[in-house]
Amino acid sequence: ISGAVQGAGGDMQWCLSQAKGSLDDDVTEADIISTLEFNHTGELLATGDKGGRIVIFQQEIENKRQPQYRSEYNVYSTFQSHEPEFDYLKSLEIEEKINKIRWIPQKNAAHFLLSTNDKTIKLWKISERDKRPEGYNLKEEDGRYRDPSTVTSLRVPVFRPMDLMVEASPRKVFANAHTYHINSVSVNSDNETYLSADDLRINLWHLEITDRSFNIVDIKPANMEELTEVITAAEFHPHQCNTFVYSSSKGTIRMCDMRASALCDKHSKMFEEPEDPSNRSFFSEIISSISDVKFSHSGRYMMTRDYLSVKIWDLNMESKPVETYQVHEYLRSKLCSLYENDCIFDKFECCWNGNDSMVMTGSYNNFFRMFDRDHRWDVTLEASRENSKPFQVIKPRKVCAGGKRKKDEISVDSLDFNKKILHTAWHPQDSIIVVATTNNLYIFQDKMN
Amino acid sequence: AFPRLNPEKAEEAKLKARYPNLGHKPGGSDLLRKRLQKGQKYFDSGDYNMAKAKIKNKQLPTAAPEKTEITGDHIPTPQDLPQRKPSLVASKLAG
Repeated sequence: ISGAVQGAGGDMQWCLSQAKGSLDDDVTEADIISTLEFNHTGELLATGDKGGRIVIFQQEIENKRQPQYRSEYNVYSTFQSHEPEFDYLKSLEIEEKINKIRWIPQKNAAHFLLSTNDKTIKLWKISERDKRPEGYNLKEEDGRYRDPSTVTSLRVPVFRPMDLMVEASPRKVFANAHTYHINSVSVNSDNETYLSADDLRINLWHLEITDRSFNIVDIKPANMEELTEVITAAEFHPHQCNTFVYSSSKGTIRMCDMRASALCDKHSKMFEEPEDPSNRSFFSEIISSISDVKFSHSGRYMMTRDYLSVKIWDLNMESKPVETYQVHEYLRSKLCSLYENDCIFDKFECCWNGNDSMVMTGSYNNFFRMFDRDHRWDVTLEASRENSKPFQVIKPRKVCAGGKRKKDEISVDSLDFNKKILHTAWHPQDSIIVVATTNNLYIFQDKMN
Repeated sequence: AFPRLNPEKAEEAKLKARYPNLGHKPGGSDLLRKRLQKGQKYFDSGDYNMAKAKIKNKQLPTAAPEKTEITGDHIPTPQDLPQRKPSLVASKLAG
């Protein structure tokens, strides 16, 4: 299963393997999926929601009923990660919504992950228990203590198998380090430290130490009236433990080297695509705001997502991206209404496939887009139960931007902007993808492999 | 370039026609500060406690049940804040 060779995008045939979540048209707010993340092997998939809950799914490798379908994910553990809070001092409501989940690379039998809401990061340990001790001398099996005077012989307690129990326990709570809302956490390749970023600051933590963190980026101006940009995302380089990047609401990405100084306010590289000033409009800066930044697995490239496009940057070239993919260019002539209904501020994420040959991101109407970098090929697919029968190849979709609409095409004005796919994930080794609609999870796999 | 040839500029013209008072720094301070203030609720514990001290025996004025926003003379009480109860219901993804 691991190391499956992925064919060219055009050869891929995606089938719906599983769809999870409520079928209700009425969406309960707590069920809105807010984050999605595979662990490093792809065996575990974690989801976080607006209600502060985490659900972890585990891949069943041997699917005896349908041996060719290896992507069956079933619930492994579910727990309440964060609770709502009210900060009376600042008159601030702190949402329990999980903004990000990041897995720690596995070191022993237990799994560890970091989960964060707007203000607090938590380290969770997820462990299995499949045996329990039995045969105590001083305790009955139900836990009641025995009268020692009734004990006439001694026995050695033994471990006996029991039904598998998966337990999640909070091991560390990293609190009170962020004045603004946390948008990112990223585990360092040194497996000892991690960063957390809010709108104006980035902090560096040690995974074992909760009572202090180092501030490594601070872009808060002395006078808040002078505020012109905020931090939108941050990530550590996958191999270089001294390097991280952060993106801004103005469409720039700054790369910093922690060896240069304690406070990395001076970037070592700044990635920005020059803009034609004559094309500038009221919307230019808003749609240039970067909603997600992800390094490639190789560490040679990084990908950014802004409102209308996905850009691939070569880390050795700051002047412009090496590739630009249009996600939904037809929305450029709808920006006025997208500004009025706030959709222009939607934060779409993006992801790489295991060998960095393809990238994926979401759009509206429950559509999502895939781009094959090597073959200059792209496709629009839909996450929908009505339009996909299990194990059947799903049909590509097409949006008609104007002019005569062909059969099977959908016109821009018919798109449902409440059906947003903000979160997608690609299995690190296999042709399995997960797409989150508002409150449902769709798992697709490539039929060819 | 003529606005109708550039879709973005055409959309900008549409927006300015609908909201003539829209500021000229769209990505600047106002928008960003609004973003940083997400979560602000209008409850001032100082006001509340001072009002309680002054009025003593009288009931504090409370908002009519239909009112969703608390403004003006009404002193918000902790009861006026939306009750934030943690989700005790399991996620439907796990169902």
